[in-house]
Amino acid sequence: MTETPARTKRSLLPWPVLRQLADGDVLGRGRSVRSKRTDEIEPRTATADRVAKSVCPYCAVGCAQKIFVKDEKVVQIEGDPESPVNRGRLCPKGSASKNLVTSPLRQTAVKYRRPFGTEWEELDLHTAMEMVADRVLRARRDSWQDLDEHGRKVRRTMGIASLGGATLDNEENYLIKKLFTAMGAIQIENQARI
Amino acid sequence: MIGRNSLFGPLDPAPDAGYADAPPRKGFFTDTSVCIGCKACEVACKEWNDVPENLFQMLGTSYDNSHSLNANQWRHVAFIERPGRAPAPDQPAVPTTPPVDIGMPTVGAPPSDVPDEAKPDFQWLMSSDVCKHCTHAACLDVCPTGSLFRSEFGTVVVQDDICNGCGYCVAACPYGVIDRRKGPDGDPRVGIAQKCTLCYDRLTDNQRPACAQACPTESIQFGDVEELRERASARVATLHEQGVMDARLYGNDPEDGVGGTGAFFLLLDEPEVYGLPPDPVVTTKDLPRMYQRAAMAAAAMLAGAAVSFVRRKP
Amino acid sequence: MAEAHPVGFQWVVEAKKRGARIIHVDPRFTRTSALAHQHVPIRVGSDIAFLGGIINYVLQNELDFREYVVNYTNAANIVSEDFQDADDLDGLFSGFDTETRTYDPTSWQFAQEDDQGDLGPAQADDAGDSAEQRNTASGLQNEAHGMQVGSRPPRDETLQHPRCVYQVLKRHYARYTPEVVEQVCGVSQEDFLEVCRAWTENSGRERTTALVYSVGWTQHSVGVQYIRAGAILQLLTGNVGRPGGGIMALRGHASIQGSTDIPTLFNILPGYLPMPNAEKHQTLTEWIDAVRNPGSKGFWANAGAYGINLLKAYWGDAATPDNDFCFDYMPRITGDHGTYRTVLDMIDGKVKGYFLLGQNPAVGSAHGRAQRLGMANLDWVVVRDLFEIESATFWKDSPEVATGEIVPEECRTEVFLFPAASHVEKEGTFTQTQRMLQWREKAVEPPGDARSELWFFYHLGRMLRERLAGSEDERDRPLLDLAWDYPMHGDPEQVSSGWGEPSAEAVLKEINGYEVATGRPLSGFLEMKDDGSTLGGCWIYSGVYADGVNQAARRKSRHDQSFVASEWGWAWPMNRRILYNRASADPEGRPWSERKAYVWWDEDKQEWTGDDVPDFEKTKPPSYRAPEGSDGVAAIEGVDPFIMQGDGKGALYAPQGLIDGPLPTHYEPVESPFRNLLHGQQANPTRKEYRRADNPMNPDPRSPGAAEVFPFVFTTSRLTEHHTAGGMSRYVEHLAELQPEMFVEVSPELAAERGLEHMGWCHVITARSAIEGRVLVTERLRPLRVEGRTVHQVWMPYHWGQGGLVAGDSANDLFGISLDPNVLIQESKVGTCDVRPGRRPTGPALREYVEGYARRAGVLDGSEGPVVTASAAAQRESAAAQDGDDQHAPHQREDQ
Repeated sequence: MTETPARTKRSLLPWPVLRQLADGDVLGRGRSVRSKRTDEIEPRTATADRVAKSVCPYCAVGCAQKIFVKDEKVVQIEGDPESPVNRGRLCPKGSASKNLVTSPLRQTAVKYRRPFGTEWEELDLHTAMEMVADRVLRARRDSWQDLDEHGRKVRRTMGIASLGGATLDNEENYLIKKLFTAMGAIQIENQARI
Repeated sequence: MIGRNSLFGPLDPAPDAGYADAPPRKGFFTDTSVCIGCKACEVACKEWNDVPENLFQMLGTSYDNSHSLNANQWRHVAFIERPGRAPAPDQPAVPTTPPVDIGMPTVGAPPSDVPDEAKPDFQWLMSSDVCKHCTHAACLDVCPTGSLFRSEFGTVVVQDDICNGCGYCVAACPYGVIDRRKGPDGDPRVGIAQKCTLCYDRLTDNQRPACAQACPTESIQFGDVEELRERASARVATLHEQGVMDARLYGNDPEDGVGGTGAFFLLLDEPEVYGLPPDPVVTTKDLPRMYQRAAMAAAAMLAGAAVSFVRRKP
Repeated sequence: MAEAHPVGFQWVVEAKKRGARIIHVDPRFTRTSALAHQHVPIRVGSDIAFLGGIINYVLQNELDFREYVVNYTNAANIVSEDFQDADDLDGLFSGFDTETRTYDPTSWQFAQEDDQGDLGPAQADDAGDSAEQRNTASGLQNEAHGMQVGSRPPRDETLQHPRCVYQVLKRHYARYTPEVVEQVCGVSQEDFLEVCRAWTENSGRERTTALVYSVGWTQHSVGVQYIRAGAILQLLTGNVGRPGGGIMALRGHASIQGSTDIPTLFNILPGYLPMPNAEKHQTLTEWIDAVRNPGSKGFWANAGAYGINLLKAYWGDAATPDNDFCFDYMPRITGDHGTYRTVLDMIDGKVKGYFLLGQNPAVGSAHGRAQRLGMANLDWVVVRDLFEIESATFWKDSPEVATGEIVPEECRTEVFLFPAASHVEKEGTFTQTQRMLQWREKAVEPPGDARSELWFFYHLGRMLRERLAGSEDERDRPLLDLAWDYPMHGDPEQVSSGWGEPSAEAVLKEINGYEVATGRPLSGFLEMKDDGSTLGGCWIYSGVYADGVNQAARRKSRHDQSFVASEWGWAWPMNRRILYNRASADPEGRPWSERKAYVWWDEDKQEWTGDDVPDFEKTKPPSYRAPEGSDGVAAIEGVDPFIMQGDGKGALYAPQGLIDGPLPTHYEPVESPFRNLLHGQQANPTRKEYRRADNPMNPDPRSPGAAEVFPFVFTTSRLTEHHTAGGMSRYVEHLAELQPEMFVEVSPELAAERGLEHMGWCHVITARSAIEGRVLVTERLRPLRVEGRTVHQVWMPYHWGQGGLVAGDSANDLFGISLDPNVLIQESKVGTCDVRPGRRPTGPALREYVEGYARRAGVLDGSEGPVVTASAAAQRESAAAQDGDDQHAPHQREDQ
């Protein structure tokens, strides 16, 4: 039913009473009172520019999602009926995914709080990256251990720790562990320990 | 002509509303025996229909914090914590203390026919409520602007672009479903009557309503009403076989006060327990009789007038 | 399950409609109970007693699936005559060292075939090793390494030998009678026996029973043993490796399985390879042999290839056979570097910088106050998240700001809050709870300056390398030699300016592995070579990019394939959907029954076939027997389904790898109002503790006054409407409004006892903190009778903090830090508390109030009672079973 049958649409007769009588909608409760907008209604799932195949970001069941995009905006997220995991269904959290990714509360710029500061400050992304790189190198330098207290080779820093990754992608976790290991940071932890 | 049952009694509403080639009537069968109260329906509905937040307030009515169906809540999951049978006298384990009022609805559910010992210990009933899409919809009957209309799917839908916010429909609904949106500020539909459309826009593209699409356990089933009614009867029979004697249908009967509903339910207790009216009647049921009386009165008046003319004849 | 995994629960509902019986064991009546046939309320923290009771029922009535048990488990193996059971030693197993509180597991080993028999070096660990393993969470070699036992222990397949595992198990659980279960768990014998009957009647050739747990099970001081108990029961009833059976862990985060497989964990590397240890892994060979376990059966024998492929993936051209593939570039661990140790180190000023990547420990980790005080004592913290979460704002609005413990003007921590890209704004794979990888397509660009972690870490690495370019310092070689070239894509402007998005698909290809010379992706880990000619970042994921195709992106409709749906996504290892599925066929390779056919031996084709990819060598017949002297894969016989285990058998008894004993035994939670009914040993004697004044634990029930100060038991869990620490739900209006306030569930009886009013306020107090919430009085919580008296249990969700659309106190503030010794996960599902009506004090008065409680309980100075409470005689006898030459180095001592 991609096309609505013509006779369900609004009658073109000009006068309401005439429409009611001619359409058989004598009481004027159905076909004869449809507005133009009602006739032209289309679900935004049908008018989307594209649909991305995705996976719900909440729990670990792994429900498949379809992300409907129109004019580079997410206009709907719903379950993928083809999935053997969720058969198109989603829980309230999965169903709120559009709300999650389009929330006006989302951070879209770097916020910076300087030592002893009492307010956030805005920071340019690339500047913030430079600052973090500086701090990582300094912390690494200041807390570097070639040997531990028993003289065993450890070549590491105990000054840098990390926690997270359970909602990140495998590819991201792979690079995170690779980089931290190469820089000698070992206190790299995850929700899986919590 | 006005159909025989246009205002009361069994009827296929779409043809009656002028759709000659109407598709089979669509509706919901909500099987509360498998509802897990997850509220996916509430959220999926809001996401699809851009329904804004309702209220941020804990109500203490079990896990229900949505309160009721209203303009900002087109699906509402009721939670009922139902005490089981009293502990047997030879079970001393739990010390007995006076019950604490936990604010649960206690409105007069009649005593159940099911004997106590056949009841489970404790039950947590959950049920997702929605607009019933009545066969005889009073909201639609009283709408003076034609904003509310009967769709080709037999559903009852508000046309936002027509509604003037008069509110006649609000008073007419026997279930207290339809409501004018009160906020939040800036919402384009504030002041306008709002309720479930059975995702009219999705239906025009052969898609399922958002709530039924999301429902994890198929508690909310969407389909042709006729087929759903058969499915529902079979489900009740199965549950009865399994000893769930409380299972009963609500809203499936075309002979009831609203001519049966497009959205009907399988309940595990009396409707009142879920906050549903036990015997709803379309508030415009008496319209024909009222029209008839009005017509008679008018005729009598005309006749009187005529008589007066007659009498003037010398 | 209905609460936290509603969509997974559809399959339970489906099963119920087809006649399955659903039993729900949970302290409180939840949305899962509402649809179950039977709800069994249980005292929090008594699960091993409950499961042990069922095991006892199975063994006493010989209801085990005997043919499965004899052939596929280690039931027939003979245990060393030196082994003494916890039942004989007041709750300790043999080999306990009171000083380190760890075991020398020598006496737990299987007997040797003759005097000359060698069961491999793995069996020779002593207590010093155990202390080290506890610190490094390496006892288990994290989940995948299997038992490191010799491949041919002596067996008695009649199961009559008094020291065979079957008989050891039977004696161990003999005391777990229905009466004991009733006393310990508060479960009536009637309810308990109903569960026993259901479980056993529904297991065997024709039927299988599934055990589903959520990861609250892991959050106990005996968490690993909880799961072991479940595994023993499922092995005895023949429910592992078979359709409709198994043990399903319902994990709680989209890719928490992936972040364990490709870990951001201190003790492991991708594919569960151990992080090199300064003591044990000084050379590449030592490191590989520690995984390989020469003499053991199974696929870990190829560890050399797995390890070298990882090193080669990390350091590319620089990694050569001559330099041991840069093994020396690896930093070394030396002890406990877990997240809780690290947080305490932050409080002590030992840590400078902290990255939080989609993680909100200020709310989500145990002992929230310690978390926040730790963060307030750093040089800098980088938070990457979608929203302004509590872990980014601890310096301005945390509870400690209210108490005056954190003063913004005096807090030196520099905070960077980077906006993160959401799941629709980047591409990559999640690994869901059944090991299945699913690729996500990117739908839209992230808003503003939001970026993926891939972007962040790639560019951070690039910048570090640029800054260090030309450095002569040896310590910088690992960064400078790192293979760090990934193709860029995305916004052309960003790509051309050098700030493009790295290709996740290229990273996935590296994870999968490829031939160095040609770039041809490997078809699986069997193609990995140990000579440097191939590289691959995670051996268990090898095959996900087979044939150059992103197998995780497959989306063949469920309607167009079998119920196993092998062509949707990709599961490790080698796309096998049920692990150990060789066990779905009988020893001769035939399905146990037509109903339960899944994978079987095809005599005509001479190969394993079926619905799933066989988790077995495809052409190894059931009749295959290992030649004398073989090890590794060749030693896996045709009847050894557990191909990752050292003896190919399912471990009813675990002589290796567990810090706290070869068999699960009931210990009380660290905080409990009850004495251990079964033993003098109150709680897990080997648990990891951090005894310090800022981490007081409530006293054990022996202490005077303990029962009066903290009389109730509390537990926490999730609500359907929220997600963990709330970072993805409290900021989302459609979720926040569904559960808008923190609340505390209490029974009507407790409400009456404490004067709590429905919807009024109450507060809950422990030695760590006091938090408040609205009172929800409900019959879904019931007082239980335990050890002859009534215990009240209190339940709380843990989703709230001070941020978001709906704010409230955080339940995790109530917990202290006390860890499972095997995996260093905290006991945050059970504690003792007091509950009082009204709101908690605010400001500095809050600390005074909490300290008042701690003082009355006698734990203000961190002087809780002794950990080892078994009788002195039992301690002596247990210690006698230690290896004579056991000398532990000082650094292996308990660091409390």
